[in-house]
Amino acid sequence: MAILVFSEESDGHASASALELTSKAASLGEVAVFHVGEGSADTFAELGAHGATSVHHMDPGDGLPAAPAAAAIADLVAGDAPAAVLFGMGNTDRDVAGRLSARLGKPVLAAAADLSIDPVRVTSEILGGTQQIITEATAESPALVIARPKAFDAADTGGPAPATIAVAAPDVGRSGSAVVLERHAEQHEGPDLGAANVVVSGGRGLGGADNWHLVEELAAELDAAVGASRAVVDAGWVPYSLQVGQTGKTVKPSVYIAAGISGAMQHMVGMKDAATIIAINKDPDAPIFGIADLGVVGDVHQVLPKLIEALRART
Amino acid sequence: MKIAVCVKQIPDPATPYELDAESHFVVRPQDQVLDDTDRYGVEVGLQLAEANEGTVTLFSMSPSGSLQGIRQALAMGADKAVLIDDDTLRGSAALTTARVLAAAIEREGFDLVIAGTESTDGSSGVVPQQIAEILDVPALSFARHVEAGDGKVTIERQTASGYDVVESPLPAVLAVTSGSVEPRYPTFKGIMGAKQKPIDTLTAGDLGFGSDDVGIGGAGQDITAVAPIASRQAGEIIDDDGEAHLRIIALLQETKVI
Repeated sequence: MAILVFSEESDGHASASALELTSKAASLGEVAVFHVGEGSADTFAELGAHGATSVHHMDPGDGLPAAPAAAAIADLVAGDAPAAVLFGMGNTDRDVAGRLSARLGKPVLAAAADLSIDPVRVTSEILGGTQQIITEATAESPALVIARPKAFDAADTGGPAPATIAVAAPDVGRSGSAVVLERHAEQHEGPDLGAANVVVSGGRGLGGADNWHLVEELAAELDAAVGASRAVVDAGWVPYSLQVGQTGKTVKPSVYIAAGISGAMQHMVGMKDAATIIAINKDPDAPIFGIADLGVVGDVHQVLPKLIEALRART
Repeated sequence: MKIAVCVKQIPDPATPYELDAESHFVVRPQDQVLDDTDRYGVEVGLQLAEANEGTVTLFSMSPSGSLQGIRQALAMGADKAVLIDDDTLRGSAALTTARVLAAAIEREGFDLVIAGTESTDGSSGVVPQQIAEILDVPALSFARHVEAGDGKVTIERQTASGYDVVESPLPAVLAVTSGSVEPRYPTFKGIMGAKQKPIDTLTAGDLGFGSDDVGIGGAGQDITAVAPIASRQAGEIIDDDGEAHLRIIALLQETKVI
């Protein structure tokens, strides 16, 4: 085994980060995947198509997966000695990476934007994307790496169905005693935020949840996905699944419209690679204007209704 | 209920960070502030302590000599602090931080350990899970709503598609989001009282760590290069004269979105 990639099931598929990392790892060597979730032949075939030759599958049932998954991966790497174990930035990805790190006594190389092996080196952006550092793993392999979303392209290269190996969730005693009692999906309409060609995001500048409809209406006119700053997610206006930024989603659309978002570093990390950025904010000193292709210094309550009306008049 | 809250002192985010040219570490000034994300952990800890006749002890590792951030958290209402401040800790990786904090927490005893989801300056987000693995307890991460009592803790955990309700027996580790609670502001009385509250200062050696176990030597990784990233340039900035939406529409047409 050359490289092990962590995958968590999401809506009946392998996570987006798992497909990206499997594609990248396949360009560096042989790839095995550790998949957590219900699992299905289709999910495993998808991983195989992206270059995985084997899939180790663990279904944690109602147990919180991090502790048993970390123990199972520790057992696996003790036998197969991969050069690296790769994780995305999903919540369970980071949980498992942390527990595995402590279990193996190895550091985590975080926020990787690029990766090479032999020796394992990662390139990462720090301090809000203003500095780039290269970090080399000096401990014995495997190196544990957490990669940024969309750092690598997922490529379906038509690989064959992988060998699947069922892994029983190990008994980890007290560490494994947390259980999931309920699962809630928060539905929203429109295109998927992570994959949309156009994203319209709103922030505190909208003034209140009552004005959020302006963001939704503009998004509907542009067939865009709706995003949000952390401030409005924390304020409870919209669910976390819409959050763009360091602790939310990373987006790379053709056009990103930031309405009433000042541009905290942690937000800009998640959207600065959009091809075109349009920002509307009443504060002329808002940091978002520093990276916008078009910055409108104005009140979103004035600009958005006119913009929506003008777009409706065109059709 | 004995509640341990992990807090981090960081350079003021309002001023640009500097990297030391030789070591590539963030330059840590004498006066550091409480990481804003930790105010949420402190608030959750205080609310649970109030509901369960508990105590809140802060734990922080900080090779800087700074006490300012700790005092901010004490002023919110925490009972006392344990600070591990030692030059040998400079350059420590996240796992070393977790080992040191876990050792200090275990020494004091705990029912619940609370941390933020990730620090503002390091943001790897792995320390709470590392602490949990070392202490052999469950870790409930990305918690946005927390209830505890009767020997258990129940949270709403953010997921990619919504949230899960997760329950764990105590002892456990909790990593809370910045949407979990509204942190209180310290009162004048709280600020004055914080100066009298006990801060136990330990070295890594007091917790049984040798100088090779911590700092750069124990990191297992080496920063080999640092370079600035060419930043994206600002484009056209216009004041809204009532017609700015037309300029936006023109750009949407240029980019073929409409």
